[in-house]
Amino acid sequence: MIVAGAFTGAFHFIVHNPHFLASKTLDQIELSAAALGIALVVALPLGVVLGHFHRGATIAIGASILGRALPSLVLIGIFLTVLGIGFRNNTVALAVLATGPILTNSYESVDRVDRDAVDAAIGLGMTHVQILRRIELPLALPLLFTGLRVAAVTVVATAPVAAVAGGGGLGDIIVNQASYGLSGVLGASFCVMALSAAVFLALFGLQIAVTPRALRATKVPGNLSGKEPA
Amino acid sequence: MSLASGPVIPNFGKGSACVRGDHTFCWDWVRDHWNDTLSPALVQHIELTVIAVGIGFALAFALALLAHSYRLLEQPFGIVSALLYTIPSIALFQLLVPFTGITWTTVEIALVAYTLVILYPNITAGLRSTSPEVLEAARGMGLTRQQVLWRVELPLAVPAIIAGLRIAVVSTISIGTIAAFLLPKGLGYPIFVALGNPTPFKTEIYSAGALAIGLALVCDALLVLLRRLLVPWARLRFA
Repeated sequence: MIVAGAFTGAFHFIVHNPHFLASKTLDQIELSAAALGIALVVALPLGVVLGHFHRGATIAIGASILGRALPSLVLIGIFLTVLGIGFRNNTVALAVLATGPILTNSYESVDRVDRDAVDAAIGLGMTHVQILRRIELPLALPLLFTGLRVAAVTVVATAPVAAVAGGGGLGDIIVNQASYGLSGVLGASFCVMALSAAVFLALFGLQIAVTPRALRATKVPGNLSGKEPA
Repeated sequence: MSLASGPVIPNFGKGSACVRGDHTFCWDWVRDHWNDTLSPALVQHIELTVIAVGIGFALAFALALLAHSYRLLEQPFGIVSALLYTIPSIALFQLLVPFTGITWTTVEIALVAYTLVILYPNITAGLRSTSPEVLEAARGMGLTRQQVLWRVELPLAVPAIIAGLRIAVVSTISIGTIAAFLLPKGLGYPIFVALGNPTPFKTEIYSAGALAIGLALVCDALLVLLRRLLVPWARLRFA
C-alpha cells in the first residue's frame, strides 16, 4: 500500500508539473550536451590519431581505468573548489567523466582495424588522411560509437549529481526532498531514468544506422567480443 | 579529536588558521578528523563494496553457469543489461526507497544490481570463449560435461572474469559515493557535507576524494595481481 502510494504520488507530481519538469530536463540536457561536446572535441581526435599510429596504448588504457575510478561526486567537488559553483565547474567535471570512454574506444577502435586492410590501402598509395577517412574510420565506427554511447549515457545519468554544486536540472528536485516531498523526488527520478534510457536507445539506433552495411551482420561489439589477432 | 559538542562538521570557526581560512589543503584537519570522519567513511565504503561485489559475483556466477549449461538467455540479456545499466544510480537509490526505506539495504540492492549487470556478461563471454579445438580435445580425453566446465572452461575464463571484476569493483566504489545522497555513510558523505557548506571546505573534499580514487586504484591493482597469480600465462590484453 505504502509502495503503491509513493509511486502514484510520483505520477501525480509528473502529471501536475509538466512544464517545471520539462524545463529542468532541458537544463540537464544543456549541461550534458556541453560536457559531451567538450569531451568529444578533446578526446575523439586524440584517440583516433593515437590509434592510427598505434601509439599511446598506455594513455588509452590508463584513461579507461582512471576514468572509471574517478567518482562523479569527487570530480564535481574538486572542480567546484577550482572553478566555483555553477554551470562551468559541472560542465568540466562531466566532460572529464566522458573523456575516459571516448578516448579509450576511439583509440581501440582504430587501433584494432584489420592490418591487412590498412596494408592494402598503403599498397594502393593512399595517404594517412585517406586511410583514416576511407578505411579505418568506417571499420572503426561500431566500436567508436559504443564509446560515444557509454560516454553520453554516463554524462546524462550523472548530471543530476551536479545538483550539489548548483547544477540545475532534475537533480535539483532529487536532492531537495524537503521542498518537493518523496513524490517529487520519485517523479524526478523517473524522469532521469527515462532521459537516460532515451539517450541510450537513440544512440543505439544511430550506431546501427551509421554502421556500414557489411559490418551489420556481425554483433555490435562489446568489450569482449572479437578474438585478438595473434 | 575535538572535545567540543555540537556539530563537528564543517568545523568552521574552529581549528587552525589553515582550516578557518579554508586553505588548499590542511594536513592538521586530516589528522584531527581521521578517526572521527575519514577512517569510518573509508571502512564503510570498503564494507559497501565488498558486500555488493560479493553478492553480485555469487549471483552472476550462478546465473552464468546455469545459462552456460542450458544455453539459455544469451543474446537478449546483453541489451537488457545495458539498459539496466543506464538507470542512473541517484535515481535507482530513490526508486528503491518505497520498498526498502532509507537504509543500507537499499544502497546494497542497487549496487548488487549494477555488479550483476557487469559481471554476468563477462562471465558468460569468458565461458563461451573456449576454442572448439580445446573442447574437442577435452571430450576426446573422456572428460564429462561437468569436468569440461570446471577443469577447462572455467580456468580459461579466469582472465575475462577478472576483467569483469575489475570493472565491477571500481564502478561500485565510484557509485558508492552517490550513496551519500541517501545515507550519511561512505566516502561520498564527507564530500556531500563539505559541498553543503556556504563555502565548500576544500580539505574535506580533497581528502575524501583522494581516498575514494585511491581505494579504486588499489583494488584494481590487487585484481591485476590476482590474475597474474591465477593465470600467469594470460596476456595483459583483457584491459
